[in-house]
Amino acid sequence: MEILGLLLEGFAVALEPINLALIVAGCIAGLFIGAMPGLGSVNGVAILLPMTFLVPPTSAIIFLGSLYYGAMYGGAISSIMLGIPGASTAVATTFDGRPMALQGKADRALVAAATASFVGGTISVVLFTLFAPPLADFALAFGPPEEFALLMLAFATFIGLGGDDIPKTFFSIFIGLMFSAVGLDIVSGNPRLIFFDLPGFYHGINFLVLAIGIYGIGEILWTVETTRGEMVVSRAAVTIRGVVRALADLRHNIRSMLMGSFLGYFVGILPAAGATPGSLMAYGVARTMSKNPETYGKGNVDGVVAPESANNAASTGSMLPMLTLGIPGSPTTAILLGGMVIWGLEPGPMLFIEHKEFVWGLIASLYAANLFALLINIAFIPAFLMVLRMPFTVLAPVIFILCVVGGYAPTQDMHDVWLMLIFGVMGYLMRKLDYPLAPAVLAIVLGPLAEASVRQSLIMAHGSFGIFFERPISAIIMAIAIGLFAWPLIMVVRRLVGPARAD
Amino acid sequence: MRRAELVMALVMAAFSLYIMWKSTELPVGWIEGEGPGGGAFPFWLAAGMLVCCGWIVLRWARRQSPPSRSEEPYMDRTALRVFAIGAGSLLAMIGLIHIVGVYVVIPLYLIFYMRGIGHHAWSVTAPLALAMPVAAFLFFEIALKITLPKGYTEPAFYPLYEMLL
Amino acid sequence: MKHLGKTAAMAAGLAMAAGAGTVAVSSDAAAAWKPKKPVEFVIMAGKGGGADRLARFIQGIIKKNKLAALPLVPINKGGGSGAEALRYLKDKQGDPHVIMATLNSYYTTPLRNPGLGVDISKFTPIARLAEDTFQLWVHSDTKIMSVKDYVAAVKKAGPKNWKMGGTGKGQEDSLVTAMLEGAYGIKVTYVPFKGGGTVAKQLIGKHIDSTVNNPSEQIGFWKAGKSRALATFTPKRLKAFPDVPTFAELGQNLSYFMQRSVVAPGGIPADAEAYYVDLFDKVYKSEDWQNYLTSKGLLPGWLTGKALQDYFVKEREAHRKLLMSMGEIK
Repeated sequence: MEILGLLLEGFAVALEPINLALIVAGCIAGLFIGAMPGLGSVNGVAILLPMTFLVPPTSAIIFLGSLYYGAMYGGAISSIMLGIPGASTAVATTFDGRPMALQGKADRALVAAATASFVGGTISVVLFTLFAPPLADFALAFGPPEEFALLMLAFATFIGLGGDDIPKTFFSIFIGLMFSAVGLDIVSGNPRLIFFDLPGFYHGINFLVLAIGIYGIGEILWTVETTRGEMVVSRAAVTIRGVVRALADLRHNIRSMLMGSFLGYFVGILPAAGATPGSLMAYGVARTMSKNPETYGKGNVDGVVAPESANNAASTGSMLPMLTLGIPGSPTTAILLGGMVIWGLEPGPMLFIEHKEFVWGLIASLYAANLFALLINIAFIPAFLMVLRMPFTVLAPVIFILCVVGGYAPTQDMHDVWLMLIFGVMGYLMRKLDYPLAPAVLAIVLGPLAEASVRQSLIMAHGSFGIFFERPISAIIMAIAIGLFAWPLIMVVRRLVGPARAD
Repeated sequence: MRRAELVMALVMAAFSLYIMWKSTELPVGWIEGEGPGGGAFPFWLAAGMLVCCGWIVLRWARRQSPPSRSEEPYMDRTALRVFAIGAGSLLAMIGLIHIVGVYVVIPLYLIFYMRGIGHHAWSVTAPLALAMPVAAFLFFEIALKITLPKGYTEPAFYPLYEMLL
Repeated sequence: MKHLGKTAAMAAGLAMAAGAGTVAVSSDAAAAWKPKKPVEFVIMAGKGGGADRLARFIQGIIKKNKLAALPLVPINKGGGSGAEALRYLKDKQGDPHVIMATLNSYYTTPLRNPGLGVDISKFTPIARLAEDTFQLWVHSDTKIMSVKDYVAAVKKAGPKNWKMGGTGKGQEDSLVTAMLEGAYGIKVTYVPFKGGGTVAKQLIGKHIDSTVNNPSEQIGFWKAGKSRALATFTPKRLKAFPDVPTFAELGQNLSYFMQRSVVAPGGIPADAEAYYVDLFDKVYKSEDWQNYLTSKGLLPGWLTGKALQDYFVKEREAHRKLLMSMGEIK
């Protein structure tokens, strides 16, 4: 019951007028930054960090925490409405969110995403409140071999993502992984794949450049061509009754929501993983569990609910190792961690003892931020839908401009904008030939993590792959991953053999 | 469509070979006691891409994939025109950013697209063409402190910075 | 009373206006030049790492104490161990609206990549704000209490089974490791990770056996009793770690520093240089900066102008020798 007392004290802090105002401001700012293709929680938190020196540390982290949350909600908005993932955490949301919007169910998708985010966020904060210290120690048990095993699991849950054309699916995965290798090889410290000696390649190919290129530019080009420019994006009208009905309909999706929340939270705790693999795994698991996996990718509400609950849960989860161990669970928390150092707070085990007010104020504010983000998000849905009802010849140039500006903003390098254009055009040309492109986007996100962890493990084990099976946690995860890999491969082989015989 | 499928596979195969060659700048073999070298990962991935391209060509020859059976043209005249306008205007827009900067390009592009392609009235086009650069300036330069490229128009912004930052 | 209240409100309004940057804040006559637009503050490392945090901390000090009229805008150009940032600075020759926060890859990256065509002696030195230090760390569950125990333990385990974690190869941690290996005639397996923070965590999770972290990266774990510093790579003991001996005391003259400096592109006007020197002088003297240095085990080390340039050139030669002895460059 000690926790309850501390939590109440935390609420007293979080509900002070200035903090409450900052929570609302943070949620709104986050919502817009997240909804903007190209900018996600990492950029938002990094950019607004210096602004927070004007207020006390507790208020500052409350603001940034709310911003983080708001951005997680906001990421879903551009995924659903424009089909462009605002951040890597929202990639999985496009798979079913976009088709729903095209079917005129954008309002339902947005409500589902917001509600799922709320459920994921709340469940994870409760878990956070109850089990912070033991879970933090669990996170420490994850070294490079465990990280690699976890990433294999993330890949495995996704093996069936591509279309029916197997060589093209594999091609897409390989090319995505290959692009992720551009830049610096951290193990040898040498630059690699610096095409034409352009300095812009030194920072590697940012996930966003590929994602905005393919989903933004490529997708719009494709839409313009297939519809001959006559397209209306969405006819969804929004009424209060519609929102209420959408909310009521979500009772069918509770299972996915709960699964996504718990999965997201645990993946989020693990260092280096963060919300992106969490949301992808949640999508994969939801589809695997489903009775009708073939409806996924065609506008299944569960396909929106699972990743959205997972990415919010993971964002809370990744704060846990940050606060208790000083280890960032995601790029965003790495920046928050920097902020704490600047405010003169030392993250780590002592934080819970020395700065109780700060920790519990933050936890309490996460409860509040969650609620506000939900309300603000739902309140803005009519405005978002209005955007969708704009004629396509207005929307298309606006999206193109957002893509260009959004592609520039994270690195502030025109090199990335040109690269994005090339990816967009190539993506469009390949899409016409049925090359699935989602696997490439996933691969570029997970690739760098996977390569680093496998090579670190091999150095540790002097080149022996045994290391992945000698360590208990890694062995268990690997076994599950291999099982998941084997299952669809068997199906693929059977299918491959099948038609050949039929010929 | 059928020819495009083959051309794309061959182009991508050539690209894979280029990557394989490029990867060999770092060791691609197995370094004793350490694992794969720095170039191994991209090298074998590119090799994988090459195999996939070969497989695609094989399926093309056997007419197994839908595009390789399709008799439709890859891009008919209209498609080509729409694509050329879309991609071409983007190319021009991004190129112009280097010279006159984002804040001149945004209204120009909006006017081009909305008037030229959408045939919207000036009463719709003008407000958007004016509002969008202003909104972008406030959002990026003032709120987020991200400076967007301005090319030769940069000095025009000095008084604005003086006033607003 | 009422009248007074109004004046106070006006004063507050003025102060806010000053904060918003409409009024030139510093009346210091030293700087006749003033930035005309936000200044790009290039960081030679990615987001969230030590160098990034420090640069954003500096930006915070400037903002909090209203030291500059127009803000510094941090931009991460961490690609290729800072190769991207160096190349960018070179291309910005003569542009007074760009400055860069450096770390030791300022020397090592151009040495390892001669193709970059970057000569750091062509850049304009602004100021050295601190020197970060290195310590040898082990997990507190081990029985290793001293460097002597450490050397014995490494020798007993053999080179294949002693894992030293650090940042990328050819970067600071691997140089320090090579120095340590040379001095004590030991051999370890060096496992590179992305950043110092990750390295620290791997030690606490017992995935590696020792590290040469900066004190600031381990201090949280150290306070919680999870890690142990065996010795410091400095000539004198650190204030934050009075009980930890230096390698010099132990008879090995091992010292290595990570400089934290600010430089500008070559060929900028002299009064612009003066403006930045003045600005960073204020940062250096601020209470926030001085507190940070002592509590995190950094050494103060103000240097500017020609003295700083000489220091850079000297350090570059020292690093050239180190890298050559490691076989990283020819």
